Amino acid sequence: MRGVCTRSGSLSAADFYASAIYFSQRWNETNSDFPNWVWIPCSRLGAISEDEGYLVLEKIKLQTERNDSNLELNNCDSCANDELTDEATLVDVHSHDAHLYDLHIAYSFTYKVPVLYFRGYKSDGCHLSLDEIKEELPSHSVEILQKSKWTFMTQEEHPYLNTPWYTLHPCGTGDWMKLLLSSTSYGDKASLIQYLPAWLSVIGQTVGLRVPLELYSPS
Amino acid sequence: MEEEATKYIWEGAIPLQIKLHESEITSFPPPPPLMILGLRIGYLPLLVPPLKAHFSSTLPPGTDNVWFDYKGLPLKWYIPTGVLFDLLCAEPERPWNLTVHFRGSPGDVLTPCEGEESVKWSYINSLKEAAYVINGNCKNVMNMSQADQYDLWQSLLKGNMEGYLKISSKLKLGPFGEDSLPSEESEIVASSRPSRIPVRLYIRSVGEEIVDIEDAPIIDSWDKISYINRPFEIYKEEGGYVSLKQALKSLLPETFNTNSSQEESSTNVKDPNAPDFEDDNAKLRLVRVQGIEPDMDIPFFWLANCLRNPEFYLHICVFISKQPKLR
Repeated sequence: MRGVCTRSGSLSAADFYASAIYFSQRWNETNSDFPNWVWIPCSRLGAISEDEGYLVLEKIKLQTERNDSNLELNNCDSCANDELTDEATLVDVHSHDAHLYDLHIAYSFTYKVPVLYFRGYKSDGCHLSLDEIKEELPSHSVEILQKSKWTFMTQEEHPYLNTPWYTLHPCGTGDWMKLLLSSTSYGDKASLIQYLPAWLSVIGQTVGLRVPLELYSPS
Repeated sequence: MEEEATKYIWEGAIPLQIKLHESEITSFPPPPPLMILGLRIGYLPLLVPPLKAHFSSTLPPGTDNVWFDYKGLPLKWYIPTGVLFDLLCAEPERPWNLTVHFRGSPGDVLTPCEGEESVKWSYINSLKEAAYVINGNCKNVMNMSQADQYDLWQSLLKGNMEGYLKISSKLKLGPFGEDSLPSEESEIVASSRPSRIPVRLYIRSVGEEIVDIEDAPIIDSWDKISYINRPFEIYKEEGGYVSLKQALKSLLPETFNTNSSQEESSTNVKDPNAPDFEDDNAKLRLVRVQGIEPDMDIPFFWLANCLRNPEFYLHICVFISKQPKLR
């Protein structure tokens, strides 16, 4: 099967599938506190695909500025002045007011890399707007966002569901994955199985998703 | 021949009859619909200025949030008008009757459109994507000067083909397939990278019992349409003549898998013994590109060069019927 392109930082659709399955298994083994990543096969015209689909992780709490700052609320003088906090957030963030996120990972046939799609909800089920999400992101993400809004985070249609999702644009992914892969011993096809964990180690930081270190050790 | 084809595409337009949604009419008598031509290569939100001028006196107070529907189906504004028409009107409707709304865009279904800027961004993004497909990078688009980007967009807005071609030719994004034709040179430079053509496929499934495609039921949800944004790839050593039929088979391997051999279905496009469509799981009922139903044996590269949209994507609308299983 052609398409092994660690030199370009990309991978084939078949390699994406293999890496996705491997990654979700390792996640489920090393991360019992979190929900599982689930592979959803693409269903098209009544035929369910054997190897095309996407990974989903739904209704999770991310490690966001908001969640972190609320853990320190007991001795935080600025909380009262913080526009983001209101009466409801002065209680345990793990109760009714946590913002929840759905994360999906799909394959881009154009750029031959994984792409992250995500959306956030308030506790009442209302979708978070882009501005509300930006307020929650780790601060370095926000910096990059401010410098180039269009090339970093955009709202686009999910490739398999007919709904708008936020996405981190994939056109630069190949470049930084090339750097990441070249600094490791990943070079042969068997090691491409590690592509997704490697990719998520970077992407996860931009949305506050913590990936357990154990996931990177062999199973 | 290709120049004629380009001219045909740029001049192509759909006669539209656009009425304002009744919930937004505050005057009596209600305003008449606006009759306007929509460029095939254009996008519906670009018609907002004349629509706004026509309907503004009757609109309720509030901020504009424009969207369109066809028989209740909210229309995806980033799909070129001609493609929407070819896909949604099994029987071409002239004029095409659409409804415009200025309030309450369904945010759970449609990505928001904030006017011309959104369309322009979507367009440039598609152009970048096409460049990536063709060249393996989007440097040429990213490096366009501000002036060129502006002129390119203005040319598209106004349907100015000459202005557009002047700038787009600098991007060196075509013609497709030249490097895959057999020649001494190409064999010397043959690389492991395949030739890729940007393609967007829109597939509608029509029941077997529908004899005349024109009787196909109206689409009431985008879930009934499969959208595939995937480059057509061909490796040079396999190169040469690839028909439209073969290209569609390779883009839709699961749909057109034969009952017998699964392995042949993926990249073996030049096999003269390739099974005919009729043996497969699905039967091709209709293929439309720029309002034309092309012959299935047409060389795919030639079709792509002649009928592609200005952002270098070839949009193909396909109507299929699923075959009943024999076993």
